[in-house]
Parts: sequence; structure tokens; C-alpha cells
Amino acid sequence: MTVTSAEDMVFVQRVPAKVLPPPVTQVGAIGWARTNLFSSIRSTVLTFFTAGVLVWIAVPIIQFLLIDAVWSAKDPTACLPREGHEVGACWAFIHERIGYFTYGSYPPAERWRVNLFFLLLAFGSGLMLWLDAPRRGLGAVYFFVVLPVVSYILLSGWPLIGLPRVETDLWGGMLVTIVVATVGIVVSLPIGILLALGRQSNMLAVRFLSITFIEFVRGVPLITVLFMASVMLPLFVPPEFSPDKLLRALVGMVIFAAAYQAEVVRAGLEGIPQGQIEAAKALGLRYWRLNSSIVLPQALRITIPNIVNSFIALFKDTSLVFFVGIFDFLKTIEVARLDPKWSGPNTSLTGYAFAAIVYFFCCYLMASYAESVERRLGRADRR
Amino acid sequence: MKRSLNTMTIAATFALAMPALAAPTMAAGLLDQVKARGSVSCGSNGQLPGFGLPDAQGNWTGFDVDYCRAIAAAIFNDPTKVKFVALTAKDRFTALQSGDVDVLIRNTTWSSSRDSQLGLNAAGTNYYDGQGFIVRQSIKVNSALELNDASICVQQGTTTELNLADYFRANKMKLKSVAFAQLDEALKAYDSGRCDAFTADASALYSVRIKFSKPEEHVVLPEIISKEPLSSFVRHGDDQWFDVVKWVLFGMLNAEEYNVNKANLDEQMKSENPDIKRLLGTEGSYGEQLGLTKDWVYRIVKHVGNYGEVFERNLGPSSPLKVTRGLNALWTKGGIQIAPPVR
Repeated sequence: MTVTSAEDMVFVQRVPAKVLPPPVTQVGAIGWARTNLFSSIRSTVLTFFTAGVLVWIAVPIIQFLLIDAVWSAKDPTACLPREGHEVGACWAFIHERIGYFTYGSYPPAERWRVNLFFLLLAFGSGLMLWLDAPRRGLGAVYFFVVLPVVSYILLSGWPLIGLPRVETDLWGGMLVTIVVATVGIVVSLPIGILLALGRQSNMLAVRFLSITFIEFVRGVPLITVLFMASVMLPLFVPPEFSPDKLLRALVGMVIFAAAYQAEVVRAGLEGIPQGQIEAAKALGLRYWRLNSSIVLPQALRITIPNIVNSFIALFKDTSLVFFVGIFDFLKTIEVARLDPKWSGPNTSLTGYAFAAIVYFFCCYLMASYAESVERRLGRADRR
Repeated sequence: MKRSLNTMTIAATFALAMPALAAPTMAAGLLDQVKARGSVSCGSNGQLPGFGLPDAQGNWTGFDVDYCRAIAAAIFNDPTKVKFVALTAKDRFTALQSGDVDVLIRNTTWSSSRDSQLGLNAAGTNYYDGQGFIVRQSIKVNSALELNDASICVQQGTTTELNLADYFRANKMKLKSVAFAQLDEALKAYDSGRCDAFTADASALYSVRIKFSKPEEHVVLPEIISKEPLSSFVRHGDDQWFDVVKWVLFGMLNAEEYNVNKANLDEQMKSENPDIKRLLGTEGSYGEQLGLTKDWVYRIVKHVGNYGEVFERNLGPSSPLKVTRGLNALWTKGGIQIAPPVR
């Protein structure tokens, strides 16, 4: 037997075989489509059906909103259909009225104040939403103390420092929607937390009052609350003392949102195991300390999806203030579309499409933020 | 009567509970309160083209709105001192009764029950409306009486529908009405050719016409088959305020009658015509008798214009609505708008 070297053994492969790419039908777009869209006959049929429906819906929408749209026009007749020429969305109408949709009847010379308010609010929200921001304490002081005072002076005016008064009946559009939503959100949550704690309190009077408040407010529709606040209140109070119309609506909104928020928070409170509370008591923590350090941080974390859910609902509910004669964002669009100057057949559709886009954008932002917070706070649970 | 009784009870309770606060407000008339407050609170329609609608800058414009501005001009010499409160048809009377607004000028028909049972007074009719017809020019109809056997689109369950049936029966014509639950549906049906004619309140006919695909092909027929005097309203119990609201309208009508308008106002101040002298306050003290100033009509015409100018600007040929004066022409020109003399 002769010893042969490996070189002589022709059947041994010395270089690793060339790595071939997987078949094109298994990877990439085709592979993905095969596994996800066309894995079986039923799936294939469903895919084609869904695609068909999408095309059926999307094509006319795109055609209307983008392709046939009139983007800008000097005079409104450009939005009227002509012989042999289809006309889609009339964005020129939105363009002309955007000031009204944003500020309502706020005097044009003073609108910079509203812009400044939007800026300050965006800055404040940014600070509050940026969880790693340095000096969050200062941010909170800015948001909850400085911002409300400055905004109030800025928006309603203070003749002493040269800002003429602007009565709230001139406010309107996005300004009102944002003011009502922000005040509703910021004020209702603390009240809701207190009500939720009150409902579980050992003190009979506190518990009774909390339960009465929550159940009573939840038992009536928001429109009724707003109507009471705006139409009935002047019957009880002489005109000089009756509060401002917007304030009445704000109070109605806050009361309503707080009752719902209380129930949302209570769900979180109930989710905390009794053992933790007993342990905290055994360590000697008093009521407020126990709640602020042990119970609430956990309870609020569990309820974030629900809290944001009610915030989104509240944001959209702001459009109900039009029932008491306040022109919010949606109402300004509804009113503007009636203007005979823009009497094209697509003016109303364009207005509503614009409203839908803006509302969707705002609500989607809120939902995305909630999702990121949830992911961040829920990290501990997934470990 | 029940509602106002409750209001009284509440007011009385309040007066008992807070005599010091409530007493002065009970004593002072509404005109003095308005003067002290510095603005008139006017209940109006925020979404009726031609009558009340905010423009691109958010300023309220319209025929009813200008009546409110004329009141402010007469009292404050400043047409911007009005607080407009947008009211729906449903809550307009409550808002006036509760004192939320000082005057209601919101295309509201004057009827006996509103004038009495609701505790309100109709102060002045600024627009005589009524139900009318619109037809396509191509069918060559010049009068509603020629509509025999024509199909007519109408909104279901309204007084409009009843008026239509009454009119056809009274004139022994054959009615083929096509009723729709929504006004919009009825309108669309007419526009697409389903009916020969469409019927609604005449002022509405003009504002819907411009929404048709070809507005110039439609005409509004001259017949008006029902009466809807649209008026301003105030609460019972304050006659001075009632007089002011009433006479602001009369002042505007008189100004048109004597040809006092924005353009020739200063010229007319020097006029020797005794009617004009009394109207503009260069003679007598008729404004002061109303609780206003001598030059109250001067202020109204200067800031807002006379009745004809206001009509022309908001509803007439220079507006998109192109409403003809019709019943709302002065009594001297074949209409029924007539104002008592200032003397």
C-alpha cells in the first residue's frame, strides 16, 4: 500500500465549494411574495382581490386629490368644471382660506401672537415629550406654570404692555381646537387621577363624592354638558358675572374628560397587586408617598394606551364646541365651503378631505408617540 | 309660558339671594347695559350665504349681519362693536330668552306664536321672504301658473311641501311632486334633470342656483306662494330697546327713500328738505328721544349704508346671489318695505 498525498487524491475537494445564492424564487421580493402573498390558492385569490379593491379605491382618490386638482388659482372660477375638462379637488380654496382655518376671526394684525403661541406650545410639548431631556424639572415648570400664564396674556391681550384685548368670540379655527384639546388633556389627567384615588379612598365622604361625580358626568352626553354650560348658565347668573363662552366650553370639556380619565386610571390602580401596597405600608410609607412612588408609576404605565386613546377621542370631540357657537377647525371649514364665491361642485369635498388629512395627521402623531413611550417603559416587562 | 315662568323663578331666587348684585341690573334698561358694556351681542346665522357668513379674514358679512352692525353704529358710532353669536335654528330663542344675546337677527320668520308665547317681540322685518320656484330656461315657463303637469322636486315633510300642494289645489292645477328626504337630494335630482322645477324659500333658491353645474340656464319664477317675513327679535319687557332695534331698520329704510347714501351723505347734511333734516338730525332731537344721539341715522349710513346699499352689497346684482328686490323694494317702487316717518 502506498501512501499517497492528499494532492494525489483527486476526489478530495480542496477548495470550499462556491457559495451559490439561494434560488431567486426563495428570497428577495419574489420570495417574500411567494411566502406571504401566493403561498396557496386561497392566499393568491385573496391577494388579487385585495389588490383589486385597493386599486378600485385608491385610483379615483389620487385622481381627485392630486392629478385633477386645481392647486392655485387667482379667481374661484378655475375650480368650476368646463366642457371636456374634469376638475378635481380645489386646493386653491384651502389656500385662500387657510388663514381663517387657522385663526378664525382673530384680527389679522394680531395673528403673530397666535403663531408665537403655537411655537411656545410646540417647544413645551417637545420638552415634555423628550424623555431624556436635561433638567426635566424646569421643563415641567415651563409647561405647567409659565406656558399657561404667557399664553393667556398673549392670546387674550393685556393693554398695559401694549397687547390689545382680543375677545374669545373672535378666536376660531385650529387655534380653538388646539386650545380646547390642550387644556382638556393637561387639566383632565390630574383631576382624573385624584378622582380615581378618591374612588378607592377609605374616607366615605371622598369616595361618595368621587363616585357621584364620575357616574353623573359619564351618564350624560358631552353635548348636554356643553349645552348646559352655554345656554343654561346665563339663566342662573346675571350677564355681568356669566363667564366667557369659550371658558364655559372649556370647563365642560375638562369635567367630562376628567370623569373618563378617572375610570381609565382606576383600571391601572386595580392592576397593582395588593401585596405591593402592603409591603410599602410595612416599610412605613404614608398615603401620598405610597401612591406617588409605588402605585401610580406602575398604574399609569399600564394605562398609557388607554390614556392616549381618550386623548385622541378628546381631540376629536373638540369639534362638538360648535354646538355652542364656537367656530373650531372643522366648523370653519364647514362655514367657508358655503361661501358663494367658491361655489364649485368640489369645494365641500375638498374641505372635508383637508379636515380628514389634518385630523389624521394629529391623531397619528399622538398614537405614534404613545407607542414609543409604551415600548420604552415596557422594556422591563420584556426582559 | 312655562319656560319664562321658570326663568322668572330663577331670577327671583337670585334677586333674593344677591340683592346688592342683582338689583342694579334689574333696574337699568338694556340700552344702558349695552352702552356700559361697550358692545351689542347679536344672535345671528353663521352659515347662510348672503345673510350671515364669515369671509376669508373671518369678518362676519351678510344682510342680517349688517343690521346688527347698524345697531352698533347708531349706539357707538362704530360698526365693529358687535359680538356675534352663531346660533342654530334650534337654540336661537333660548339664547335670546336667557339674555345671552341682546337681539336676534337670524332669518327668523315672524309668526304669532313667536311674538307672543315665546316671550319675544318682532322688532322689524328686514326681508320679506316666501316660497318660490326655479326652472330651466329651456322649458320656456314664465309663471308658476304654467307649471300644470310639470314634475316638481321638493323636500319631504316641510311646510314647503304643504304650501306646494295648497297652491296647486287652489289654482286647480295637476301636481306631480317628487319628494326627497334631504334638501340636497332634491336639489341634485333637479340639477340632473329628474324634475322640471324645484321649490324652496326664494332667498334659498338664489343661493342654491350658483351651486348648479350651469347656473345661467336656470331662472327663478316671479310667483311667491307663501309669506315668510324675516324679522329681528327682542325680549318682552324692555320697550326702549325694542324701539331702538325697530328704528334702526326704519332709519335705514327712510335713508333709502330720501336718497341719503354713503356717497352723498355729507351733501345731504346741508339739505333744506325738512324730511331729510329731521332724519339726519340737523333739525329736532328725534334721535335723543330714542335714547340715541341726534346723528343716529348719519352714523348708520356712514358706516353701514342705507337699506338699498346693504341689500345691493349682500344680496343684489353686485353679490354672487343676484337676488332681485321684489317685495323688498320700497313702497314707492312697487315693493312693501315701508317705514314710518321720523318726526
